[in-house]
Amino acid sequence: MTRTMPFTSVSDVKSQLESVGYLASDAIATTVFLASELGKPLLIEGPAGVGKTALAQAVSEATSAALVRLQCYEGVDESRALYEWNHAKQLLRITAGRDETWDDARTDIFSEEFLLTRPLLTAIRNSEPTVLLIDEVDKADVEIEGLLLEVLGDFQVTIPELGTIRALHRPFVVLTSNATRELSEALRRRCLFLHIDFPEADLEERILRSQVPELDSALTASVVRVVNTLRAMPLRKAPSVSETIDWARTLLALGAETLDEKVVNESLGVILKHRDDQERATKLLDLTPSV
Amino acid sequence: MSLPERLVEFVTALRGNGITAGTGETVDAGQVIEVLGLDDRERLREGLAAALLRGASQRAAFDAVFDIHFPAGAGAPESARDTDPELDVAELREQLTEALANGDQAGLGRLAGVTVDRFGRLGVVTDGWSGYMALERVQPQNLLSGALQLRGSDRSGTGGLGNRAEAQEIRGLIQEFRRMVQAEALRRSAEVRGRERMAANAVPKQLDRVDFLTANAQQLAELRRVVRPLARRLATRLAARRRRHSRGRIDIRKTLRRSMSTGGVPIEPAWEKPRPTRPELVLLCDVSGSVAGFSNFTMLLVQAMKSQFSKIRVFAFVNAIDEITDLIEDDDDLQRRIHAEAKITKGHSSSDYGRSLREFAVAYLDAITSRSAVIILGDARNNYGSPAIDSLAEIAARSRRTFWLNPERAASWGSGDSVALQYAEIVEMHECRTVEQLGQFVTRLLPV
Repeated sequence: MTRTMPFTSVSDVKSQLESVGYLASDAIATTVFLASELGKPLLIEGPAGVGKTALAQAVSEATSAALVRLQCYEGVDESRALYEWNHAKQLLRITAGRDETWDDARTDIFSEEFLLTRPLLTAIRNSEPTVLLIDEVDKADVEIEGLLLEVLGDFQVTIPELGTIRALHRPFVVLTSNATRELSEALRRRCLFLHIDFPEADLEERILRSQVPELDSALTASVVRVVNTLRAMPLRKAPSVSETIDWARTLLALGAETLDEKVVNESLGVILKHRDDQERATKLLDLTPSV
Repeated sequence: MSLPERLVEFVTALRGNGITAGTGETVDAGQVIEVLGLDDRERLREGLAAALLRGASQRAAFDAVFDIHFPAGAGAPESARDTDPELDVAELREQLTEALANGDQAGLGRLAGVTVDRFGRLGVVTDGWSGYMALERVQPQNLLSGALQLRGSDRSGTGGLGNRAEAQEIRGLIQEFRRMVQAEALRRSAEVRGRERMAANAVPKQLDRVDFLTANAQQLAELRRVVRPLARRLATRLAARRRRHSRGRIDIRKTLRRSMSTGGVPIEPAWEKPRPTRPELVLLCDVSGSVAGFSNFTMLLVQAMKSQFSKIRVFAFVNAIDEITDLIEDDDDLQRRIHAEAKITKGHSSSDYGRSLREFAVAYLDAITSRSAVIILGDARNNYGSPAIDSLAEIAARSRRTFWLNPERAASWGSGDSVALQYAEIVEMHECRTVEQLGQFVTRLLPV
């Protein structure tokens, strides 16, 4: 077991995350603590906008660790994820040193100076505590998973010209996925798994209170209640936590005092981004459509 | 029993319920227990879930097995022992209404314990506890209006909308209470009947392994959530061209820019990326009674695909075919509307694939172009009619690809009045009985 982050207990994780404005449920705090204690990567799945990425950011902020982020996309490859040689600079170096022998030039152009470190290598070489966030790993191609397996398994990288670079301080790794593609068993097996769903009503109320403290508390409660009603409907995109917060801010700006049909109707666009979702919600909530 | 033995027994029970945790995971789980200790049961639950689970769909089964193997206590819960032994149903319902009105989770848990203890005891013949029986006595679903009334007295001013939202909330709490009662009954039964037997029989099936043909209403409602993202993936996969840009035209601009890093020598040519084509999908769905469970699922799939893609045409048939593209909206009585508004039966009401396919080939063949993918959903049970192989061949030849998803076990294809094997010679046919199999079809079988 290799501890990666200076947490002492589950409650400690909770309070430290709370101090940077991330209210974690018991499940989240427990899993973060375990990932840190066991030194295993943490794979987070869940619907968009429930705070998967925010969790990694909160951990790095709470422990004042550096955050290194690898945003995955279709076609991300080794030279974007791990490292790359700076070809242009190497060429300049070769043309600049006319008199030296080839051997000298060769050993020189494959030194650290010409190495472009990408997120994975940066996280491994960092001597300070680091949070490595591999965001939307399901968007990357299957081939990159092999690379991740190697790096996340041993926390070392072999560069043929330089030798093997071992992690000085094992980073705290967070992978997030929206499940657009099934991740390979091998990758899943190496990670602790956490599914973040929409928060329970009272946790969401607390989140709202901490993010929008000016909002009247009765109104906060009814906002959460209406959002939960919406989530129970068959919508194309259920409103996320961040949209709940946006909505609360909107209501504050509108100066609404209670949540009646008219107010909801006027501001529905903040939480529902598809027209047919809005129509359906209007129908099911029995709101009279505004003219 | 020592802790490692207990953990192994727990993992074995999980495997019996389709959660394949390996030895490595079991070791992780052991470390989890070492780090967390056994003091806080809910944290232990979350910790073990993190180490042993690989997907959110496994969670329900995991929770049930966990409750059996790491029970909250032994015997009757404290709450039941402290309650008046004369307590009757009416009094319990009163307390329950109050807890629902206050949103008191702890109170609900306590009352669930009492409910099972008082009203869930099975007869003399089989020892054990039944959550179903207890719920039948207490009838928590009828407490909604009472709880709302109790709330209404001290809350006002939110208007009709507020009330509806509150009703939704209380409905959620009632659901939660039912779940608690079931879990409690399982725990008490496990004590008298032994853990292994309970874990083998009483744990709910993982959602993605539920057979479409036998799914109940609640499972179907849950399937809706699972199917939606899958439908999206299915549609994009069908539409996708091979992304690998190993052929096609050379992108001059990119090639020149890339050659900068090799001193102006274009070592690595860059290809123009093919544009992804817009998906064109044609779905043919059997909506007859023989595949009722499956066509429920079919409709979920179709609704989900329709909401994601504009270029999709949907046809339904029993023994005649009709286009239902415009009928499809996200609502629950879609089946009824199709049967009422579309001409899908002629004369009798048993399915006839041959006639439906022939009609399609005559009337709607222009719906299929060389760019479209066709998916046929049905069991290919033809009631001994002529199968119209040539019509299917015509459809298959015209489309880019044609797939058949069959909700029957592959072993029974071709038995009785099934013409599945004959159709399978012409188009790719896949067994599709569960969401898991649909997922496999989407991710493995379709080329990207």
